Amino acid sequence: MKKTIRFILAGLMLLVTSGQLFAQQTFPRNGVYDEREGWYVFTNATIHTHYNQSQEGATLVIHNGKIEAVGKNVFIPKGAIVTDLKGKHLYPSFIDLYTNYGLPEAKAVGKESEKKPQMLSNKEGAFAWNEALKPEYRAAEDFKPDDKSAATYRKLGFGCVLTHQMDGISRGTSAAVLLGKERPHEMMLSETGAHHLSFNKGKSTQAYPSSLMGIIALLRQTYYDGQWYAQQKGETNLSLEAWNAVQSLPQIIEVGDRLEVLRAAKLAKEFGKDYIIMGSGDEYQRLNEIKATGATLILPLDFPEAYDVEAPFDALQVTLAQMKHWELAPTNPARLAEAGIKFALTTHELEKKDQFMEHLRKAIKYGLSEEAALKALTETPAQLLNLSDQLGSLETGKVANFIITDGPVFAKESKIYQNWIGGKPFELKDLDAPDLLGKYALRVGNQSFTLHVSGKAGEQEMKLAHQDTTTLSVKHTYDKGILTLVFSTEKEGKRIRLSGTATGKNWSGRGQDIEGNWVNWSATYQGPPDADKKKREDKKDESIDNLGVVTYPFTAFGWENRPQATTYLIRNATVWTNEAEGKLENTDILVRNGKIAEIGPRLSDRSATIIDGTGKHLTAGIIDEHTHIAASRGINEGTQASSAEVRIGDVINSEDINIYRQLSGGVTTSQVLHGSSNPIGGQSGLIKLRWGFAPEEMKVANADGFIKFALGENVKQSNRNNDYNIRFPQTRMGVEQVYVDHFTRAREYGKLRNSGKPYRRDLDLETILEIIEGKRFITCHSYQQGEINMLMKVAERFGFRVNTFTHILEGYKVADKMAAHGAGGSTFADWWAYKFEVIEAIPYNSALMHEQGVTVAVNSDDAEMARRLNQEAAKAVLFGGVSEEDALKFVTLNPAKLLHIDQQVGSIKVGKDADIVLWSDHPLSVYAKADKTFVDGILFFDRDQDIQLRQAVQKERARLVQKMLAVKKEGGKMQPARGRSQYREYHCDDLEREE
Amino acid sequence: MKINLKYSLIFCLLLLAGGFLWAQSPIPAANQAEPIAIVGATAHLGNGQVIQNSLIGFEGGKLTVVEAYNQQALDKYRVIQAEGKHVYPGLIAPNTQLGLIEIGAVRATRDNDETGSLNPNVRSIIAYNTDSQVIPTIRSMGVLLAQIAPEGGLISGQSSIVQLDAWNWEDAAYKADEGLYLRLPAKQSYSWRRGTYQKNEAYDDQMLEIATYFADAKGYCQQTTAKAENLKLEAACGLFNGSKKLYVQANSVEAITQAVLLAKQHAISLVIVGGEDAWRIPGLLKENNVAVILRSTQSLPGLPDDDVDLPFKTPKLLQEAGILYCIGHEGFWQYRNLAFQAGQAVGYGLDYEAAISALTLNTAKILGIDDRAGSLEVGKDAILFISQGDVLDMRSAEVIHAFIQGREIDLNNKQKVLYHKFQEKFRRER
Repeated sequence: MKKTIRFILAGLMLLVTSGQLFAQQTFPRNGVYDEREGWYVFTNATIHTHYNQSQEGATLVIHNGKIEAVGKNVFIPKGAIVTDLKGKHLYPSFIDLYTNYGLPEAKAVGKESEKKPQMLSNKEGAFAWNEALKPEYRAAEDFKPDDKSAATYRKLGFGCVLTHQMDGISRGTSAAVLLGKERPHEMMLSETGAHHLSFNKGKSTQAYPSSLMGIIALLRQTYYDGQWYAQQKGETNLSLEAWNAVQSLPQIIEVGDRLEVLRAAKLAKEFGKDYIIMGSGDEYQRLNEIKATGATLILPLDFPEAYDVEAPFDALQVTLAQMKHWELAPTNPARLAEAGIKFALTTHELEKKDQFMEHLRKAIKYGLSEEAALKALTETPAQLLNLSDQLGSLETGKVANFIITDGPVFAKESKIYQNWIGGKPFELKDLDAPDLLGKYALRVGNQSFTLHVSGKAGEQEMKLAHQDTTTLSVKHTYDKGILTLVFSTEKEGKRIRLSGTATGKNWSGRGQDIEGNWVNWSATYQGPPDADKKKREDKKDESIDNLGVVTYPFTAFGWENRPQATTYLIRNATVWTNEAEGKLENTDILVRNGKIAEIGPRLSDRSATIIDGTGKHLTAGIIDEHTHIAASRGINEGTQASSAEVRIGDVINSEDINIYRQLSGGVTTSQVLHGSSNPIGGQSGLIKLRWGFAPEEMKVANADGFIKFALGENVKQSNRNNDYNIRFPQTRMGVEQVYVDHFTRAREYGKLRNSGKPYRRDLDLETILEIIEGKRFITCHSYQQGEINMLMKVAERFGFRVNTFTHILEGYKVADKMAAHGAGGSTFADWWAYKFEVIEAIPYNSALMHEQGVTVAVNSDDAEMARRLNQEAAKAVLFGGVSEEDALKFVTLNPAKLLHIDQQVGSIKVGKDADIVLWSDHPLSVYAKADKTFVDGILFFDRDQDIQLRQAVQKERARLVQKMLAVKKEGGKMQPARGRSQYREYHCDDLEREE
Repeated sequence: MKINLKYSLIFCLLLLAGGFLWAQSPIPAANQAEPIAIVGATAHLGNGQVIQNSLIGFEGGKLTVVEAYNQQALDKYRVIQAEGKHVYPGLIAPNTQLGLIEIGAVRATRDNDETGSLNPNVRSIIAYNTDSQVIPTIRSMGVLLAQIAPEGGLISGQSSIVQLDAWNWEDAAYKADEGLYLRLPAKQSYSWRRGTYQKNEAYDDQMLEIATYFADAKGYCQQTTAKAENLKLEAACGLFNGSKKLYVQANSVEAITQAVLLAKQHAISLVIVGGEDAWRIPGLLKENNVAVILRSTQSLPGLPDDDVDLPFKTPKLLQEAGILYCIGHEGFWQYRNLAFQAGQAVGYGLDYEAAISALTLNTAKILGIDDRAGSLEVGKDAILFISQGDVLDMRSAEVIHAFIQGREIDLNNKQKVLYHKFQEKFRRER
């Protein structure tokens, strides 16, 4: 029997090398016809036909690379090569959807060292305008089997991968390929597996898009362009042609974090797509929201290593979020499975592919069922590829892709013996290796010894007992029927070398003794080995008990439980109403259902939580008209003169610690603005600081849309290096023309749109048209009076008004004109001297504008200053003598007016949202602290609770530090204590350029 | 028409009062000609003491009377009635680029950062522009003395202390070339673009460069035999004979500790500048008599996990630890908000008079000018101001008189002129 199998294997190897299983019909043949049908039968195996079904003692028959039959009583054709797999398991082999197997690295088009901003694609030919759009790329055309790389996958049990070139925003199509050695013609199951997308522009050297919101806008525009292209005749665009062609394929998009999963899902929904989302492994941190999208995911298993936190001060840099993610990342697959989210698993993102099984076992240990794991490696990826008829289970007619193991596939002790791909075997471990375990009488020449072979078959240990006193280790190798033994009969002695073959359980052969004499030898089987005394592995397993909890957001100061609106009665405070009643002393406020329910002396409500406001001041929540917190991956898409198509709302970052910090300064609403690096920036995101809620939940519902415009030095690029001198405009003269031109074009666009004729939907012009139509409102970064005046004149010419000038440091010079035009001014209290255009900025600006009847706000543009906007408002009292009540309105009611939300927020009035702050002191005083900040009647910041949260942060950090120290002590792999702040602090002239 | 004419006249008068200032800073005040007495104010002496209803007298530029007002005869004095008002020693701006930078983004107006890594010999005093438009906006907020500090490189250069009412830098110099500014490199630096901390690959080389410089300079300064003059090494001699201080820009525990080790090795008088993490290692600072010029309290916490109010309460933490510290700010124009940096700390538990000390006497001690300035004490220079109310709170921080060495300075500035100019425009339109 053994001999037979050995023989068969040798034969199979031949077959593999001659490579004739799947005939290449079109190729000329050199030599003699040698194609074989390949009937193979595997009997007595435990066959896992599906991820959730198995049969013991079953048989698998394959023929010509396909499964012919599987089951208990199947017909075994005569002449088939039969392998007895008693004690072995047979599984469908795994599928990895996220690889670049067999493909060359992408290269940048053109010179990479170009310093000047590149406005258009460098790619020659009738392709897309943007270098990051490459739907025309076909992995199938570049694919070349790479046996070295294939072997690493095969070793892990993979039989098929989807491969694509990981570069660009639209990356083109992937190919589904088998991991065998033959020509691409035979290895390719599908030359158009999927269309791949990402939120990363990759090697493109083109300036646009420089931000995540730009990437999202580019994708949206491309969907519309594809629709338009299908109906038009004037333009030939090979990229759009390809784009349209790939839309029927599965769409796989790679994202960078959990929030990007939500963003991708939103984009998919808009265009009726079902994205398969390549995640980042932190999805458990926004599990409910991700589940609600219904998206399917591909999950990596690159769990972070523990941080080396031995040096206490260095360790401070590692954030609680990093530490917690280290602990909880292995639970990600389990949590997603439990939530019923469909996913496939990939080796992608692993530092080394051979970590895969170890990490997978870890995920299983952390709660992922083996069944779910197997599903995510077989059935699910096959389904997602629309290749269920060929892959994913062991059924008649499918490709003969399977692995043979000696135990449950994910068990630590189990080994993969063979990996069959397309009906061809790859031998990882010798299935025929004899079971050598036992006790033998070893005779070498005329010397006698006892040979003990113990351990696990295939990995056995051999020891020599000599004169019953010493035991000496015997080095041995077994290869294709020949056993070689090397040992010495005394410690550190000279070595005897023997080689021989088996007859039954006995071995014999020839060898050389230490003198070089040739001798005969034999090892005669005496019986089973002595009981295994091998020490049990008692290395302590890292504990999966007492894991930390997921907080929202997943940072320090996150909530364990979602905060709820409660009925509150705030008693006896000084209430700054911002209404005709002015400031009310000794007044109660009742908050119910998220609204201000009652205002007055001695209110009562039995269900209310009572808050004593004695000696305290109560105001409307602070509204920051101009901020750049809570945005992911860039707030400027300044690569073109107009980027009206980009939307901050696409990149709201709910996990920014500055949200919590600003709540502690009484801020309740913020307009997250695009930056100021181009004349027409992007659309704003208006959020309430609902700390812990998901991005979409933070947005103010039904708010009017705003867009950022900018004037002056930033848009002229005058403070950038000299390479930035080609994008129009470079002067204030040019800035005016950008506006006139875009409004003119938008008007033309509107005419065309209304004419009923076919037109290309242009997200840029469409947004600008909204301004002319009074459906979108401008907030314009501005400093010098001349250009402020200019923009008002341009607006008047096109029949609308500029809603707000922001910064507006020379607003005081044209305050009368602004008032007449109807523009508001949202300014800094006292900034100046940081650039040439602000040398005439004065702290009396807000007072002068206010006196002229301009609606004045004071804004931050700065994550730090936003925490004390009440103080900045107070400076209007100091510089210019504005009344205290009016000054407070500069940061509450007036910005609400400028944002068109004064019907809901901005004052203390019955029926308005309970966005309120209880201050420890006079709200315009430097000494005032926001003791409590409510948004919609939910207490999002409370100074007493903050103390508890700090203690919780310290306690949780301490626990995780101890846990990581323990890992280090046990010799675990560590990474240096290096901090990561995912959330950057932006100012409006910060330019994103990702590295 | 009449009204217009009338207002135009007022406007012209305002301009006259401003000293015909369109684009020029106010005219420096003449020497104190007559004794001046400020009567009835709440005087915050800067040393922790307060005198309600005080009498503050000065003559010939020096303080002569600091006591409670008990109807003393004031015949010889020009009397300033200040009941209900507050008197403070002039605030001192440590570590500022005032007068070195005029417009942040315009290179031609920046003289704060010399090229190269070791510039101990460069002197900020000669680049200090007394005619900067920014200076009057700072002193009209009560800041009357400033330490002009160079930036950049590893050793940035020498700082000097100036009074803020001068014709030229020689005039302005209150204590010239009093210290050397050293900026310790960070072991890891935060990469804004990557959002992560990156290892500073040059760290060891930079630290070696610094260590070698100090060792070489010490040897050079001790050398008694004839030697070839070396300007860079010469510049450090003051550190070793105690006539100069070493100001080290350091925020992390690592950098602060390295600074202390360096100062200890060479017996140098050390001041930490920035000191974000100083509160974490109070023992080390105290044992080695290291003082701290604290960065602005109105800063964000350094780490996401930090208490949200950490920078606000850092002064209190240093106060409680018994470390000599003062409250600083950053940049140049920003220094008009110096007092509010202390006010912020008071809101978070710092004692009020301790906060005043942290802007005045503590700063003077740290800068080595407390023999002449920093507090309202008889014999010291009359550097003080009167405000309508509490100067730490923007609600009441209006400065109405200010004196530098007894000279009453002009509190006008370009921004006030522009304010009045456009008030006039709108008045005419009415």
